[in-house]
Amino acid sequence: MSDQDVPNESGISRRKFLKISALTTSAPLVLGPTVLHVAGEDVHVFGPGKVPVALNVNGKRLTANLEPRVTLLDALREKFEVTGPKRVCDRGACGACTVLLDNKAVYACSILAIEAQQKPIITTEGLAAQGQLHPVSAAFVDNDAQQCGFCTPGFVMATKAFVDKHPTATREEIARGLGGNFCRCGTYDGIKGAVAQLSKGGQQKGGA
Amino acid sequence: MAQYQWPEASKRKLIGKSMNRVDGPAKASGRAKYTYDIVRPNMLYGDSVKCPYAHARVKSIDTSAAEKMPGVKAVHVIHGPDDGAKGEVFWAGTDIVAVAAVDEPTARDAVRAIKVEYEQLPHLVENDKEPNLAEAEKSEWYKVASKENVGDAASAFQQSEVTHEGYYGQPVITHCCLETHGSIAEWPDPDHLFLHISTQNVPGIGEQVAKAIDLPASNVHVHQDHVGGGFGSKLGLDPWGVAAAQLSKKAGGAPVKMMLDRATELETAGCRPSAYARVKVGAKKDGTLLAWQSYSWGSGGPGGGGSLALPYVWKVPNQQKQHVNVVNNIGPARAWRAPNHPQMCLITMGALDDLAAKLNMDTFDFVKKNIDLLDPRSKVYSEELDVADKLMQWKSRWHPRGDKAAGPVKQGLGLALHTWGGRGHNSKCDLSIHPDGSVEIKMGTQDIGTGTRTSILTVAADTLGLPINAINLQIGDNQYPPDSASGGSSTIGGVSSSTFRAASDARDQLFAKVAPALNAQPGDLEAIDGHVRVASNPSRSLSWKEACSKLGTQTLTVRGTNPGEGDLTNSGVGGVQMADVSVDTETGIVKVNKIVAVQDCGLVISPKQAESQVLGAMIMGVSYALYEEKVMDQTTGVMLNTNMDTYRLAGLGDVGELVVHLMTGPGYDEKGVIGIGEPPTVSPGAAISNAVANAIGVRVPHLPLTPERVLEALEKSPSEGGRA
Repeated sequence: MSDQDVPNESGISRRKFLKISALTTSAPLVLGPTVLHVAGEDVHVFGPGKVPVALNVNGKRLTANLEPRVTLLDALREKFEVTGPKRVCDRGACGACTVLLDNKAVYACSILAIEAQQKPIITTEGLAAQGQLHPVSAAFVDNDAQQCGFCTPGFVMATKAFVDKHPTATREEIARGLGGNFCRCGTYDGIKGAVAQLSKGGQQKGGA
Repeated sequence: MAQYQWPEASKRKLIGKSMNRVDGPAKASGRAKYTYDIVRPNMLYGDSVKCPYAHARVKSIDTSAAEKMPGVKAVHVIHGPDDGAKGEVFWAGTDIVAVAAVDEPTARDAVRAIKVEYEQLPHLVENDKEPNLAEAEKSEWYKVASKENVGDAASAFQQSEVTHEGYYGQPVITHCCLETHGSIAEWPDPDHLFLHISTQNVPGIGEQVAKAIDLPASNVHVHQDHVGGGFGSKLGLDPWGVAAAQLSKKAGGAPVKMMLDRATELETAGCRPSAYARVKVGAKKDGTLLAWQSYSWGSGGPGGGGSLALPYVWKVPNQQKQHVNVVNNIGPARAWRAPNHPQMCLITMGALDDLAAKLNMDTFDFVKKNIDLLDPRSKVYSEELDVADKLMQWKSRWHPRGDKAAGPVKQGLGLALHTWGGRGHNSKCDLSIHPDGSVEIKMGTQDIGTGTRTSILTVAADTLGLPINAINLQIGDNQYPPDSASGGSSTIGGVSSSTFRAASDARDQLFAKVAPALNAQPGDLEAIDGHVRVASNPSRSLSWKEACSKLGTQTLTVRGTNPGEGDLTNSGVGGVQMADVSVDTETGIVKVNKIVAVQDCGLVISPKQAESQVLGAMIMGVSYALYEEKVMDQTTGVMLNTNMDTYRLAGLGDVGELVVHLMTGPGYDEKGVIGIGEPPTVSPGAAISNAVANAIGVRVPHLPLTPERVLEALEKSPSEGGRA
């Protein structure tokens, strides 16, 4: 990890990424992006070697040299030891790696670390200070919405994003809104209870 | 001395009271560390070459290119041409060569650089094909596991006024633990191995690893704080666990993290055996059950083990039954929450439900009519049926086969019942009371998500008259007094009993030290609300801290064991479940509206966590009833749905309303503590399958009840159930 300068360009679109993917074999081995003119647009090409990456995770600036192929999830877990987000399916099917990127719930396994630069990233650990419990986490505890707990951090983040947007959700909205996460132990009843507690004002009550 | 009897209801301060799980905040804040999360200094990453064939022989292995790659620190052959039966491999995904490298991508690249030559051999991955019994007796693929007769089935069928013949089954499913199997192995010195391992067996796994690598068991240290699911699949030693230790040794002792990838996890690290059966049942017109005949078969993995004890739970007076194990290449069978019970329950309760329909009887009445055949739990089942009836309003809502309501969506009810053992396993608990009043418990057990920590603390705190947070609990390490593996619902009975004995003895020994200061006999004292006091005169009292100061400079450490004096744990529970479903006869989609679970588990220590076990079991049941199947490609012999986009689990919106009722109080509490993890997973498949049959009027013979299978069943019986 180092505090090396990072590219000004915060991220790249999927369309640009696809263009880059086709070009990586011819891209030079340098740190930082090369700007190529492709299909009438300037495209920043990263890699294929390691490039400096800076992430804003739970209010802290974290930097590392990473290959551009490294996902946000692997960067968080392996480089920065932020292990709340779990790697389970690694393909956007199970939701165990859910984090907030710019206050939006995203699957960290399906975003590249270089894409996630200069946007605030919040994981379960960052919801509340050490030793304190965020109301969403507290609602999970109150409703016993965890057993083995491996899916819980992802579910907590999905729930946080969901209740922020739908403070008084219907049962159907909850089923749809939290349908992007799987639990194997079967804690859904507790999670529904947690959402109900939050929509009754648990958000305002604060703490455990 | 203590009598080792659970306190009666009026004296329980914490036992049986609803409280939050003690490790809930760590889990819900993402701070709980699982094996997969641990990063050790200078840690290497392991990966492995997997056999792409279901049945093959390893002919040669060339690792030279991988060994020369920068960043590759160790290469270890797990299964070479000379291993096992001349390099024979029995399922796709078998680990052949393991590598350790500085990071995951390098390890993956190294795996790709290893060349393995295989000789392909014939495989069998068929799941449901009925074996011909005559051929089975000669075949290598099929093994006749049992033939058994009870009474005189032939005569009983002659006496039967109504008979039914049917076919029932469910395929191999996989555990799909969200934390994959794996470990981190390191050698602090050349003679000692330290393992972080994702396991249900902290106290026993070290010894298994030691044996495999020829090391004294005492030289293997195992630690695990949390495990991301096991469900029976993380009890024993796995090849990749040994490989991590071997790789670390070759890499000079550096930690090697070797966790399975998702595809390998689903393909090889969990196979609940399949089970299929042709069943004939017979009864008198009044519903009296007389005869059972079954020909059953199912996968037993490459070893061909396992058997089905049919009929499940029911002591049908006349039986004729045969079971054939299919030795196949689907993968190694592993225990899955209540091994064999869900399969046996589906086959038995499905056949009896169909028989009841043919008798024009409500299945509820059919069960009640034959309740004596459920000996020795007839009374428990009868009481539970009545409770379930109230919660589901079964009697007022039940209709005969085939919902006659207009429109394509048909509603139906189904029920099933089950049993399990659940006696507490061997356990040792060390409880220390320090002169400053602090209390510490050490136990070599694990909390696999069932609430074990919470229950241990509840028992200890209740016995010592302290709040739960006054006790420091340490588990998850094989250097603590050994408990046992968490399997078969044995944990709660084991840990609660050893903890109760330790806490009772410690309390009594403390009383002996404190009694003179209170001018009383030790037997006159009680520990309550953070005080030690004279029971008959509570004003003569010392705070817990003052009382403990009477220990002087000596910390009091007491070991409690299970088994031991007094009947604290027991075996044998009954449970009844009822399901309410809607089936769209145009799309074939089954929707679970509601499930009621009524469950006996003796004295309940932690009701909130016990209810969570039942809820989780019902949800897992919805999942295997409607969605789960290990889909095998018959030609290549590999599993096709090796990730969670294609191996579908039930989601939050799929499970309907869930109602849990635990049978507690007089008649139940005095049984002692009995495990609850397994039993409620047994009935959901049968109850849901029966509810679907009740809704649409025809049996869908196979789980999972996919739209395709529902439509197929409807097509075959267009006169019943009716496509709208």
